[in-house]
Amino acid sequence: MELLVASATGVMTAVGIYLLLRARTFPVIIGLTFLSYAVNLFLFAMGRLGINQPPIFGAQATGYADPLPQALVLTAIVISFGMTALIVVLALRGFLESGSDAVDLAAPEEGGPAAAGAHGDTARRPS
Amino acid sequence: MSLWLIPLIPFLAAVLPPLTIRSGRTVCAVTTGLATLLAMVLLLSHAPAVYRGEIVQARLDWLPQIGLSFSFFLDGLGLFFGALILGIGLLVIVYARFYLSRNDPMGRFYAYLLLFQGAMVGVVVSDNILLLLVFWELTSLTSFLLIGYWRHLPEARQGARMALVVTGGGGLLLIAGMLMLGQIAGSYELSEILQRGDLIKASPLYLPMLLLVLGGAFTKSAQFPFHFWLPHAMAAPTPVSAYLHSATMVKAGVFLLARLWPVLAGTDAWFLIVAPVGLVTMLVAAWIAIFKDDLKGLLAFSTVSHLGLMTMLLGFGTPMAAVAAVFHILNHATFKAALFMGAGIIDHETGTRDIRRLGGLLTLMPITATLVLIASASMAGIAPLNGFLSKEMMLEQALQTSYAGIPWLFPVMVGLATLFSVAYSVRLAVRVFFGPKRHDYPAHPHDPPAGMWLPVAVLVVLVVAIGLLPALIAGPIVARTALAVIGGPLPSYYLAIWHGVTPALLVSIAALIAGTALFLAYGRVDAIRLGLPRPDAKTLFDRVVDRAVTAASGLIARSHTGSLQLYFAIILGAVLVLAAGGFWTASHGAGARATLPVSFPAVVAWLALVVASLAAALRHHDRVFALVLTSVVGLVVSLAFLQFSAPDLALTQISVDVVTTVLLLLALNLLPKTTPRDIGGMVRWRDAGIAALAGLGIAALAYGVMTRGYETISTYHLEQSKPGGGGTNVVNVILVDFRGFDTFGEIIVLGIAALAIYALLDHPFGRASARRLASIRSAEEARDAHPLMLVVATRALLPLALTVGAYIFLRGHNLPGGGFIAGLVVAMALIMQYMASGYVWAHDRARIDPRAMIGAGIVIAGLTGMGSWLFGRPFLTSSYDYFSLPLVGEFELATAMAFDLGVFLTVVGAVLMSLAQISRVQQRAERSPVTDHPMDIVLDAKTAVVKEV
Repeated sequence: MELLVASATGVMTAVGIYLLLRARTFPVIIGLTFLSYAVNLFLFAMGRLGINQPPIFGAQATGYADPLPQALVLTAIVISFGMTALIVVLALRGFLESGSDAVDLAAPEEGGPAAAGAHGDTARRPS
Repeated sequence: MSLWLIPLIPFLAAVLPPLTIRSGRTVCAVTTGLATLLAMVLLLSHAPAVYRGEIVQARLDWLPQIGLSFSFFLDGLGLFFGALILGIGLLVIVYARFYLSRNDPMGRFYAYLLLFQGAMVGVVVSDNILLLLVFWELTSLTSFLLIGYWRHLPEARQGARMALVVTGGGGLLLIAGMLMLGQIAGSYELSEILQRGDLIKASPLYLPMLLLVLGGAFTKSAQFPFHFWLPHAMAAPTPVSAYLHSATMVKAGVFLLARLWPVLAGTDAWFLIVAPVGLVTMLVAAWIAIFKDDLKGLLAFSTVSHLGLMTMLLGFGTPMAAVAAVFHILNHATFKAALFMGAGIIDHETGTRDIRRLGGLLTLMPITATLVLIASASMAGIAPLNGFLSKEMMLEQALQTSYAGIPWLFPVMVGLATLFSVAYSVRLAVRVFFGPKRHDYPAHPHDPPAGMWLPVAVLVVLVVAIGLLPALIAGPIVARTALAVIGGPLPSYYLAIWHGVTPALLVSIAALIAGTALFLAYGRVDAIRLGLPRPDAKTLFDRVVDRAVTAASGLIARSHTGSLQLYFAIILGAVLVLAAGGFWTASHGAGARATLPVSFPAVVAWLALVVASLAAALRHHDRVFALVLTSVVGLVVSLAFLQFSAPDLALTQISVDVVTTVLLLLALNLLPKTTPRDIGGMVRWRDAGIAALAGLGIAALAYGVMTRGYETISTYHLEQSKPGGGGTNVVNVILVDFRGFDTFGEIIVLGIAALAIYALLDHPFGRASARRLASIRSAEEARDAHPLMLVVATRALLPLALTVGAYIFLRGHNLPGGGFIAGLVVAMALIMQYMASGYVWAHDRARIDPRAMIGAGIVIAGLTGMGSWLFGRPFLTSSYDYFSLPLVGEFELATAMAFDLGVFLTVVGAVLMSLAQISRVQQRAERSPVTDHPMDIVLDAKTAVVKEV
């Protein structure tokens, strides 16, 4: 099991970083989501894995998982939502203002808005 | 303890001139003068102790870890320079009051002057050499401000920049040198370093350290080949030139050489480098000075020449030469400051400083003429003035010096330099004051107000007095100062005018005659000079600066491409390299902790996750598809939480996933639906490589940690959860009780993020973005934007979802649930209403503003935390008790629940706000009319009112 969790964390990290390195905002946001998954799972795994040992007191409990990483990850999940939402809105507003969803708004006068606008228009047709 | 006040007073007082200037220029000058006087009085109050042979010290720790402290010490040398700086400073302040015109911002001038004064005094009384470096750099910065004081003049700006580049660059060398010195000596305190001369001279690092320190000193004191900045700094107002460029700042380099003389001087390297640099500077600058037509330019090169003289004397490394250097520093400060101020008066009164346009001023400006003539006679080294005395001592030392086996080298060169200095002094005196009166002066020359000539007169009186009675007036000062420089017994000498007919006197007389002859033959000599190659230092300097700028721009253009991806890739690459370094140097096998057996469902889930992740990476161009795959991965992650005993996390993860997916779908409606494939193959492979390595590293790290045992700090939380926090769900108790303060911070962050979203989207859209929104309108959209099925289902689900939310909230303390999860569930239920019936319809019916919810949540959580103060407990201390009610039975109430309510409200508000704001933007883009009805199929046709947006 540990190997599965570790490799899954690795895969999600790799995909997250690959997507973060893309040039458009949306893949970057998706990449950030992947990276959040990976980081949360990683932090959680620092409390080691256990099955059927929730940190909730009960008469028939055989043992308790480490509650502290769980508490930390719980807030991290919620905060990562806040972060994603903020970045999405930044990307959205940026796109609406500039007409391009490129991460670098370099040299907009050099065919930037026109080219990006063309992408946007063709892209918006529902397939 | 007043020692550290001395440099501090000018710094503090620097705020006064800009304020007092409103009460008039005299008040402003008087305030400045009083501050200087106060510092002077404090300094002199230590004089008796210093002259008893004590060293006054004061110390205040600043950063003791790196050896930096506010430690000051005052010995003969520090006192001498401090008195020079403050004394001449006082005269310059008086002089500047009358020199500056009404149009010059005088408050700023005095503020800069005081800042400079504080820095300069700091340099000479610092004990800690790191502190000395701080003051040293401050003198460079403040002199930059002073040189560039007339900021509307291009030459002032250029001169200021050149001075800053040269002295600042030298400052960098000095920093390196001082750090090495501190390392060698094992202390950064000068008072200790000065005791360890033998250790320092024996060190293998002595030579590089010496070169670096000399780099700092030579640039500051304008030694050849760094002499070129000083004449260009003459673009400064004359009081600045008199103060910085004759008496104080340029002497900082000489001061440093004198200060470190006991530990650096006396070696072959010292003599072989310092003495000839001083000699060449002295000779070259004196030669150039002869041909300068600008009065201040002439004085500037003369200053460079005299600085060279002092450097050379210190470079000889003998105690007697050090005494001569100290004496000359004193004498030069008096006559040169007087000359600069005199030049300022001439400029002020005649409107020009060009020697070719002056002449015959002797009778027009008798007072000025007398003062300047005496001072220039001292500069020429004519008896019985003080310049003569120290020049004789210098000549005597130079005549005994044999360099590199050539006994005549130094005597001849020094003789020549003396001759030149006579020539330029005579030229200055004769061409300005003698000859016929002219009728074409730009202004009508006459003597200035007393405020301007009195400071000059004070200095000239000193020039004469020291010359006549050297032993009485300057004797003790020179002795005490030289004692501090040498750090050992003084050589036997006596200060007097008449030493009999010595070789030095003969050289002096010869130089006087030959120098005058040179002046008389000026025209012919000038013709010879014009035939010689004359490299212009400024052109060379500008060329070097231009090349440096071009090179820097080229480097920046190549490294700062503006591509964030490239930067990110570089950062990641660097992290990978560092991590790989750590990886190879540590053991990296799997640990010995027993692993859990693999189950079949787990493998299936793992496969789903891996396939979905890789597919998302490969097919991310189709954005909706990538979003679906992301949700799959999120689902598997929440299943993993569930599997590995984290029900709270599973619940949170799945609710956040739902919310995030909705959010991204909403955003995607406005963003392009596909990502263009415009990144080259090479870049993709590079990114894939980086990503794969990073993933591999994280996987290995996670596996390595998970297979090892560990000590947890959670035992306390597990033990205290029920008895201390009153809840059986330890995760929830940690969130709302043990680490409630963290949670409090987190909900504030969440609230701020939501408000930032509000601010970003509430701001009206400009023309371009409004046009884009309008173009989105024309896109096709689903025919039934508000489908019947969805509307009915969400309405029916709303009370149910709210009940579930309340249930999850209430049981959270003891079973999986709590404010975070309940908040997400309730927010989802509300958002569904927006999705089903549109923003406007839902918004009109919303009773509570999400902003108010966020605020209320944070306030409730905060007040709950503060409630414990009433009982004298720390913030967020919780308490609980059991109550019983009929029908319900026994139940528990904990203050933590109120805190959790705050969390709940903040989460609901934040989620609602972000999603609702995006759908609002979308609503602006919607073409379809907003109806008064929840769905598109109108049940009662009569009430259907269609509105255009």
